[in-house]
Amino acid sequence: MTAPDTGDRTPGVAAGISSQSGLATAAAPVLTIAVSLLGLCLLWGLAANAWPSRAFPGPGQVWQVLLAEAANGDLFCHLGATLGRVAAAYVIAMVFGSVIGVLLGSYRRADRFFSPWVILFLNIPALVVIVLAYIWFGLNEAAAIGAVAVNKIPNVVVTMREGARALDPGYAEMAAVYRFGPLDRIRHVLLPQLQPYLAAASRSGIALIWKIVLVVELLGRSNGVGFQIYLYFQLFDVAAILAYTLAFVAVMLVIELLLVQPVERHATRWRRRPA
Amino acid sequence: MQPVGAAVPLRVDIAEKIFRSAQGVSVTALQDLSFEVRQGEFACLLGPSGCGKTTTLRILLGLDKDFSGSFQLPEGGSNRIAAVFQEPTLLPWRTVEQNVRLALPKGLRTKNLDGLFDTLGLAGMRSLYPAELSLGLARRAALARAFATEPAVLLLDEPFASLDERTAERLRHLLLTVWSARPTTALMVTHNLREALMLSDRIIVLSQRPAHVLGMFDVRLPRHYRNPQVMSDLLRSFHQKFPGVA
Repeated sequence: MTAPDTGDRTPGVAAGISSQSGLATAAAPVLTIAVSLLGLCLLWGLAANAWPSRAFPGPGQVWQVLLAEAANGDLFCHLGATLGRVAAAYVIAMVFGSVIGVLLGSYRRADRFFSPWVILFLNIPALVVIVLAYIWFGLNEAAAIGAVAVNKIPNVVVTMREGARALDPGYAEMAAVYRFGPLDRIRHVLLPQLQPYLAAASRSGIALIWKIVLVVELLGRSNGVGFQIYLYFQLFDVAAILAYTLAFVAVMLVIELLLVQPVERHATRWRRRPA
Repeated sequence: MQPVGAAVPLRVDIAEKIFRSAQGVSVTALQDLSFEVRQGEFACLLGPSGCGKTTTLRILLGLDKDFSGSFQLPEGGSNRIAAVFQEPTLLPWRTVEQNVRLALPKGLRTKNLDGLFDTLGLAGMRSLYPAELSLGLARRAALARAFATEPAVLLLDEPFASLDERTAERLRHLLLTVWSARPTTALMVTHNLREALMLSDRIIVLSQRPAHVLGMFDVRLPRHYRNPQVMSDLLRSFHQKFPGVA
């Protein structure tokens, strides 16, 4: 890992060599991931061969189901429905959680008053929130997404509250003296300072949210990965359950690699350059 | 580029500033502190460390509103204040140029800054991030930000502290160069007498805490005459007037 790294930074290296080593730097982690996942599949295949059972299909069988579901279009329809709910719940949870968290982190009195509320909501089981949301607001999309968001908001609040406590007052004072507008303050002073906390909340958020979305779909929706898993649970079709699960995990992995990591690299570019 | 408008000086009249700690202990930082800085004049607040110089500056910057008394900032021209803090206080996630431009009011955001960056020796550093600069260069960037706003008053809080003497000396000359190009009413806090004698038109000497004005020391000589010989004469006459200070 270190050798291509230095090639990348040394000035005056012939263009061909530096672009080759740059490619190697980019390819190395992808290769590692591929080999690692392949190893896991191999282990799974061996185990499935050793204990053949309808309840424990091998990777080949799951792949067949995946192809069939993809061919008739069901897979993409259900993946899309779940992905939409994850995205909506994520955006709502991040926006509300960040605003509340920053306010609590900035005003100590408000924090003392609302802190018990945060602890209360943190400890309400996801299932209870979902069931209550369906009872109070009906079996509809808004209740489903709202329930997921409410489950996630306290986590975001706690993380962002720490972020707001760690804000450097020097930057705020500089912005006040030079009369930054409110939008400039948020974009250039506040958000960059909160970025590590936003990243932490996002990371743990996406993983948690998609798991809760499946429960919401299982209990009260007629499409989505959760609904399909419930359906195949009743049919005792483990291969289909695994096919849907792995398909969605793959989608999340692609989002992580193609969206989350590049955004994070862009946001922390000022830290990466050597001093 | 002389500041236009009625020549309202910087007038400070602080009756009292008290700090109260969480344990209920109160410390009087400033008491009956009053002085004036004339239009276009470079003044230094000189006093022992911990006497309340920075507190005074924070009050003038509007960062501390819990005091009794009043002050008046120069008006005319832009009405803006610029500050150079003890730390450069550049946004680490924005480049040098972005840091300077962000401090400008909307109408000036796209103005040409080539001359200013050239004078301060920052021409090649505009696209660097603050972490890539030495402390001396970061302080130059902070100076660039302050002067770019074309302020009506400039407040400096020991802008050359924690630099080695050679770098500090070079920065003092740079400060004089950019300041002379557009003489702005300026108030600089320092505990370095030599620095004050070299830069200012007038030195406001403060007492120990609670700070009040002990007296004024005017340096009427143009700055380019202040060679080492003259400086030691100035030092001697300062010590005659204020025995026991600095």
